[in-house]
Amino acid sequence: MRDRYLPLLATITVFVLVYAVGAVSFKYFLSTRVLGDLLTDNAFIIIAAIGETFVILSGGIDLSVGSMIGFVGVVMAHLDTLGWHPLASGALLIAFGVAFGAFQGLVIDFCEIQPFIITLAGLFLLRGACFMVSLESVPIKHPFVGVFADWHFKLGGGGRLSSSAIVMLVVLAAGVVIAHFTRFGTNVYAIGGDRPSAVLMGVPIRRTTVMIYALAGFYSALGGVVYAMYTASGYPLAGLGDELIAIAAVVLGGTLLTGGVGLVFGTLFGGLIQGLITTLVNFQGTLTSWWATIFVGVLLFIFIVAQRTIMTSTIFLRRPV
Amino acid sequence: MDHADSPQAIAPSRWSFGDLTSRSWFWPVFALALIFMVDGVVSPGFFSIRIVQGRLFGSLIDVLYRGTPTALVALGMAVVIGTKGIDLSVGAVVAIVGAVMTNLIHRDMSPPLVLALTLGTGMLCGLWNGLLVAILDIQPIIATLILMVAGRGIALLIDEGLIVTFRSDFFSAISTGEFLTVPSRIIVCAGTLLFLWLILRRTALGLFIESVGGNSAAADLAGINARLVKIGAYTLSGLCSGIAGVLICADIRGSDSNNAGLFIELDAILAVVIGGGSLAGGRFYLGLTIVGVLVIQGLTTSILVSGLPAQFNMIVKGVVVLIVLLLGSRRLRQSIVGLFRRRTS
Repeated sequence: MRDRYLPLLATITVFVLVYAVGAVSFKYFLSTRVLGDLLTDNAFIIIAAIGETFVILSGGIDLSVGSMIGFVGVVMAHLDTLGWHPLASGALLIAFGVAFGAFQGLVIDFCEIQPFIITLAGLFLLRGACFMVSLESVPIKHPFVGVFADWHFKLGGGGRLSSSAIVMLVVLAAGVVIAHFTRFGTNVYAIGGDRPSAVLMGVPIRRTTVMIYALAGFYSALGGVVYAMYTASGYPLAGLGDELIAIAAVVLGGTLLTGGVGLVFGTLFGGLIQGLITTLVNFQGTLTSWWATIFVGVLLFIFIVAQRTIMTSTIFLRRPV
Repeated sequence: MDHADSPQAIAPSRWSFGDLTSRSWFWPVFALALIFMVDGVVSPGFFSIRIVQGRLFGSLIDVLYRGTPTALVALGMAVVIGTKGIDLSVGAVVAIVGAVMTNLIHRDMSPPLVLALTLGTGMLCGLWNGLLVAILDIQPIIATLILMVAGRGIALLIDEGLIVTFRSDFFSAISTGEFLTVPSRIIVCAGTLLFLWLILRRTALGLFIESVGGNSAAADLAGINARLVKIGAYTLSGLCSGIAGVLICADIRGSDSNNAGLFIELDAILAVVIGGGSLAGGRFYLGLTIVGVLVIQGLTTSILVSGLPAQFNMIVKGVVVLIVLLLGSRRLRQSIVGLFRRRTS
């Protein structure tokens, strides 16, 4: 039982350490402003990463996340020019995300094709669809976007918990509940942990797979809606490469990429660590932006090797090879 | 389990359509022929090749010419996929190699030395991936993800965030020049293909790779050093990306770390899959991988010659991938056949 929380503990330790480095080095780092911005700026990617967590927990992968974010934004902006309310177009696109994800899940299970390659096709399709809708950045002018961006909770000390961050925290809580307190969640862990056993135990593989990818579609589409509201625009190249950031957030959050082990809650910290590194590099001022990607890469390396060691020492003792 | 093809492929002695379609080369070659046929109809003169200023010129040559960087990367990818691996870092390696090459050129080194060091860098990147996969036993997607994430950062670090340009007759000759009227990069690519074919298919090495991909533990028991084979495969992939990096970088005469080789890994994986390579490992085809690249490049070119706007490129690519994957799915084919049987009987 304690093994399960070990990776999460490691993630939170790293988060606190990185935060401490910032707090020691920079005067205003330890303020609610920085914290609020951190939650707001990374809200969309963390939302998408929550969906990715379910997919990775089941032993799969979803590469269509970044394109989905871009596609949702572009279509929302287009519908905005036709006079749609952002909430209506957002709901429509989330429904589209669920349907698209369910389709990917169905193809993966029914045709027995690797998730990697199917969602790669999804990546191409959605990004291609972005370019069909628009080649330029289109503003979303509906007054509701401004209302959404302004609305916030005041944290003490001048910080703001924005509506993006609140949406993120709410769907994070929902994700935790789905993963740990529903039969579907248990099935996800079962499939990722040991697929043949799950089949023998009578876990409905097809239904669960379809639901997993549908859920991932829901989260990435919601991430796209939040991103579109946050930037008040749709840009066909938005979210380019974000699938990698989402996957990295899941890995840094302590979820094993082999599936079956990990916590949805960890993904929050996985995403925040990456945001924190970017913030640190920004605060530092003389370091250039590419250092952030190198730091994230190094952290990824350390985490993966550490996970590998934890896994060989705990899981392999229990499971004969 | 992925070799379900074999019993049917061996059994019949006379030719039939079903026999033909179960051949590994049938679908990729069919797809390529179809694309070229459509091109021939849409744009008359698609197949004409003439010599302009001492250089072969024509749409077909153009497909070959533009396909070379992807083809090189895809060849390395095919070998890695053969070991049941995958190399996501190839695009980042292209960027790193380009940055290193530009940097060395500006140090006034002799071009052959620059070339050797640059390709060495590519192999080093591959070696790093190989060590992570083979020694630390990390899942290939994840192991190569590390370099994919950090690689462009490293390349930007070398370039100091700029697009550094250079002039070098040596590298221009390799990338954009021609030799006996044939564009030299096509010769480079053909040479790499020949080299890989010689070391993989004329020796037992290719078989080793496929046995490691089919079942690593069994290969190990059979006396094959599975770790060494994997490290070798990733190093080879690094070398291939390195060559591609040199071509791409010399093409624009500069190193653009943000964009060099961007998304090339997706095209390369796609090419391998279209060429019949199995992501579950155990088989790879060098020649058919090239056919896969030509299918992708042919599609891109057909979109351009047919007058469709370029933004259709990606969506068409996505649809084609989906169709190829669905056609390749035994389960789907069987259920469609089952559906027809039920109706007719």
